[in-house]
Amino acid sequence: MLIKARRKQVDYFTAKRRHAYLFWGLLLLVTYAAAVLTQYDFVQGLSSIPGALVWGVTHFYPNAESLAKFPDVLRTLVETLLMSIAATTVASVFALVFALLGSQTIGVHAGIKLASRSIATVFRNIDVTAWSMILLFSFGQNVMTGYFALFFGSFGFLTRAFLESIDETGSHSAEALRATGAGYISVICQSVIPAALPQLISWILFMIETNIRNATLIGILTGTGVGFLFNLYYKNLDYNAASLIVFVIVISILVIEFTSNYIRKVMIG
Amino acid sequence: MTALLEFKHVSKQYGSETRALTDVSFSVRSGEFVSIIGPSGAGKSTLLRCINRMIDASSGEICIEGKNVLEFRKKELKRMRTSIGMIFQHYNLVDRLSVMENVLHGRLGYKSTLAGMLGLYREEEKQQAYQILGILGLEEQVYKRCDQLSGGQKQRVGIARALIQGPKMLLCDEPIASLDPNASKVIMDHLRHISTNLGITVIVNLHQVETALKYSDRIIGVNQGKIVYNGTPGQMTSEELQRIYGSERRDTRADQGETQAG
Repeated sequence: MLIKARRKQVDYFTAKRRHAYLFWGLLLLVTYAAAVLTQYDFVQGLSSIPGALVWGVTHFYPNAESLAKFPDVLRTLVETLLMSIAATTVASVFALVFALLGSQTIGVHAGIKLASRSIATVFRNIDVTAWSMILLFSFGQNVMTGYFALFFGSFGFLTRAFLESIDETGSHSAEALRATGAGYISVICQSVIPAALPQLISWILFMIETNIRNATLIGILTGTGVGFLFNLYYKNLDYNAASLIVFVIVISILVIEFTSNYIRKVMIG
Repeated sequence: MTALLEFKHVSKQYGSETRALTDVSFSVRSGEFVSIIGPSGAGKSTLLRCINRMIDASSGEICIEGKNVLEFRKKELKRMRTSIGMIFQHYNLVDRLSVMENVLHGRLGYKSTLAGMLGLYREEEKQQAYQILGILGLEEQVYKRCDQLSGGQKQRVGIARALIQGPKMLLCDEPIASLDPNASKVIMDHLRHISTNLGITVIVNLHQVETALKYSDRIIGVNQGKIVYNGTPGQMTSEELQRIYGSERRDTRADQGETQAG
């Protein structure tokens, strides 16, 4: 009996080790195959990093001439920031409605739950860059394209995040309020939202940060905002001006990160 | 004396396989303190939640003051729920809100949609909340956030939220299962007081047999979704207990015997 149990234990660990070897072996194989197919040379890739650094230091810095373009950069940066914030806040309103409708514990009807969850999944699984390419066809190179791309992406992601927050934090107190005879709207406004609020705000701030980063990339695609300006300078080989933009973006992202951490601390702590 | 609550052949089925309750019948008089005991998964919680239809029974009749709640429509159901307070094992408060706000939640059942949405409470309601909190010994915690309270204090906030409804009946689902012995005693004393002095019917799901024996007017024993005991604490014998808890109970008794002997 004991021997049998011990043998079983040995078998269990051997099998587990075998699975681990198999997994790492396959991973290595896939990596190698990918490198061969794309003709990527590890050594060359690594050895080019110092060279790139040297080039960056010698070419990629803002000079006095590029500082003259600062007002232009600032204007487009503000445009990009405001667009990201507008897209996120509007998306979060829609996301909240869909999250409430799709919530496992608060939702009203199984069909509506499924429908709102599915809609959110579709929007979430299409990346913002994919959205901007799709929307380029209908809106052209326009601020609206970037706005809607960010809006759709944020909407899908936030719905999912809100759903989980609501189901996690709001369900207990919602049950209690339902038991007092409170109506649906009262339960939502007095218990579900207050209970989940810190998490909801946290997700919105996270989304604003992410969207500001994304907006720059989308700007390159849609020809708007600070991303477009970067692309323009870069393609004109005006590396000094392009580097100015990079610096400004880095600084603004740090400022936003700092601000949102501060808001988090004040609202949630 | 007429029954406040009457179960007539109530069954509850989850899906096609699991039967949570089978042909449950009993009645509770106004002002009575009734404990429901039984092993985990016996259907105690389901039974309690069938009363205010947080869970819908599959068949039978559940009558409150002679009216079958299973036939209630939305509006009647809401009105019925306003007259029944509920207390939970995990208190089910909104932790981020103050004690006061959590207590006032008990009035939401009486509010219009707009007043409920905005959380508009009348001055009398606030006074009443203050008074109830005073009785429960929480006057110093009124404006504290609930996440700063101890378990026992949170449960008292839960009781206050139920009392401000002006209920005929309190349903308590394992109210002391997460509390230490001292806090448990405070909570049970309050519940007993509510039943005796305010004449509110109290139905409590309990894990602790000794507590049930001490506080109840009547005990209902549930095992595998059926009522196997329905009588006063005085009539309870160790054979009856064994019938309620099955072999599980015998084991714990044996353990206790050993520790006491040692």
